[in-house]
Amino acid sequence: MHDTMQTQSERDVVLSVQGLKTWFHSRDGVAKSVDGVTFDLARGETLAIVGESGSGKSVTSLSIMGLLAKPAGRIEAGKILLRDRKGQEHDLAQASAATMRRIRGAEIAMIFQEPMTSLNPLYTVGDQIAEAIVQHEGGTKAAALRRAQALLERVEIPAAARRVNEYPHQMSGGMRQRVMIALALACNPSVLIADEPTTALDVTVQAQILDLLRRLQAESGMSILFVTHNLGVVAEIAHRVVVMYAGRVVEDAGVNDLFDRPTHPYTQGLLSCIPTAALLASRQRLAPIPGNVPSVTALPAGCTFAPRCPLASAQCTAAVPELIPVRPAHHARCIKVLASADAEVSHA
Amino acid sequence: MAIASSPSVVSGSSSDRWQILRLLVTRKTVLISLIVLIVLVGAAALAPWIAPFDPYKLSIMNRLKAPGSLHWFGTDDFGRDVFSRVIYGGRLSLTVGFMVVVLSSALGILLGLVAGFFRGADKVVSRLIDAMMAFPDILLAISLVAALGPSLSNVIIALGIVYAPRLARIVRASTLVIRELPFVEAARALGVPTRRIVTVHVLRNLMSPLLVQGTFTFAYAILAEAGLSFLGVGVSPDIPTWGTMINGGQQYMGTADWIMVFPGIAIVLAVMSLQLVGDGLRDVLDPRLRKEL
Repeated sequence: MHDTMQTQSERDVVLSVQGLKTWFHSRDGVAKSVDGVTFDLARGETLAIVGESGSGKSVTSLSIMGLLAKPAGRIEAGKILLRDRKGQEHDLAQASAATMRRIRGAEIAMIFQEPMTSLNPLYTVGDQIAEAIVQHEGGTKAAALRRAQALLERVEIPAAARRVNEYPHQMSGGMRQRVMIALALACNPSVLIADEPTTALDVTVQAQILDLLRRLQAESGMSILFVTHNLGVVAEIAHRVVVMYAGRVVEDAGVNDLFDRPTHPYTQGLLSCIPTAALLASRQRLAPIPGNVPSVTALPAGCTFAPRCPLASAQCTAAVPELIPVRPAHHARCIKVLASADAEVSHA
Repeated sequence: MAIASSPSVVSGSSSDRWQILRLLVTRKTVLISLIVLIVLVGAAALAPWIAPFDPYKLSIMNRLKAPGSLHWFGTDDFGRDVFSRVIYGGRLSLTVGFMVVVLSSALGILLGLVAGFFRGADKVVSRLIDAMMAFPDILLAISLVAALGPSLSNVIIALGIVYAPRLARIVRASTLVIRELPFVEAARALGVPTRRIVTVHVLRNLMSPLLVQGTFTFAYAILAEAGLSFLGVGVSPDIPTWGTMINGGQQYMGTADWIMVFPGIAIVLAVMSLQLVGDGLRDVLDPRLRKEL
C-alpha cells in the first residue's frame, strides 16, 4: 500500500478523479451510473477506461466535461481535480458554468464516437475550428482560419489548404475524425478525452487514428483519457487501464500487467472473450461471461459482479469489496484476490 | 501554399454569397420565379407610372366590362380598371405578406428557440402557444385589431401575432431534435457558450423548415388581410388590395369572374414564385444539397 502511495505522488498528475459518484434521478428511481470512481491521469500518459455498455465509462467522461444531461444527472459526491496550465487546481465537480466553459476546449477537449455527426453540416471545417480558437483565445477570424489550416496539416489531412474550406459531408469518416481531433487540439488542451473515437471507423482507419493520437501525444505531452470497450485498442494505445463494471472500478493496472496477469474475475472474463489465433486453431469455443451487466437502478448487494462470477461465494454478497492492492500500481476489487495473491507470494 | 490560399480564406464569406446566387439562378424554375417576383414587386413599386388608369376612378358607364384592349383585365362593378387595381393592390398585399412573415418569424423563432432549448421555459411557452392556437386564426386577428384599432400597421401586428405560434411550434420541434445532435454536444465540449450554440449552430440548421413555413405564412397573410378588410377591421374596402378585390368580386363570380380571377392569379403567382425561390434558397443554403445542383 505504502509503495503505491509513493509512486502515485511522484507522478505528475494532471487530472485526479476521487470517489466520483454520478447518479441519475428519474421516476423509476436512482440510477447509480458512476458509484465511487477514483483514478489519476499523469502528464503525457494514456489511461484507458474499459467496460461494457452501461458500465459508467461514458458517464465518467461526461462528468469530467460537465456535460451531464441536467437536471436528471448530478454529481453526488467526489472530486474531479484538474491542474490547469498555470498550475492552478480546479475541482470540476464544483466548478461554475462559466469556469467549465473556459476549461472545456482549452484545458480539456473531447472527441466523440460519431465523426459523421459530430460536426455541424452547415459550416466548413475551417469555420468550426476557427470558432473554437476565437472563442478561447480571441483574435481575428482570418488568423484563426490560418491556424485551422495548420491544425489540419498537423493531423495529416492532405491538401489542407483546400480541405479547410470544405464541408463535413465532403469528407470520409476517418477524415472527419481527424478534423475532430484538430478541433480538440485547437487550443492545446492538456487533457484529451477520447470517447470510443475509433469505434465507428473501419480497422485500417482505426489504426491510422491511433497512430496519429500517439504521435500528437509525443509532440505535445498531453494526457489522453481513452474510453473504449475494445481491448485490442487498449493494448495499442494505453499506458494504464481502469476496468469498470456497473459504475465501479473493478481493476486498475499498467497495460502489460493487466494483459499478463488479469486479477479480477471480470477482467479475466473479458480477456477470455478475445479470439486468439491459437484458440481459433484449436477450434475451441470462446468463453463468454454468462449473464448481462446489471441495471444501474437495481444493483445487486455486495460485489456487483458476483451473480456472473465463477468464483462467487456467500461472502461476496455480504459487503462491497474494497479495491485491494495486488502488486505495485495494480488494484482489484475482489475478496478472492487476497487468497490468490497470498498464494502467489508463498509460491515465490 | 498557405499564402496563396489565405486570400480566399479571408474573403470566403462574400465569394460564398456570389456562389449561392449563381447556383440559385442556374435552376430554370428558380430563375423564372425570381423574375416573376421582381416583376410583381417592381410593378407595385412603380404603380403610379405603370397603371393605365386611376384605380379609384369610378365610371358607372363602364361597369362590369369584360377584359378587352382598353381595360386589359376588365372593369369591376364600379367601373374601376381591374388591371390598375391589381397593380396598386400589390403594394399593400405584398407589404402585408412580407411584414407579417418578418414579424411572425421573429416572434416564432424567439419563442420556439427558448421553448426548445430551455426545459423550464418550455412549460410556460408551450402552454402559451397552445392557448393561442386554440383560437381560430381570424377570430384572434379580429379581436387583436379591434383592441389595437383598425389600420394597416395594426393588421400586420395582429397577423404577425396570430401566425407566430405555428412558427414557434415548428422551431421548437426542430430545436428539440437539433439540440440532441452530436455536433451540439461537440460544440459544448469545445466551450462554446449556450447563446452562441442556439444562435449559430441551431438556428442555421432550422433554415429549411423556416423557409417553407415562411412562404406559407406569406400566402395566409395576404388572404387573411382580405378577410379582415372584408369584415371591416382591415383597410377600407375602396383601397385596393388583392384580398379586398377578391372579396368584392365574389358576388359577380358567375357573370364577371375577371374581377376576382386576376387578383387571384396575382396571389397565386406571388405565393408560388416565392415558394419556389424559397425551395431553391433552401437547397443552395444547405451544403449537403448544394453538390447535387
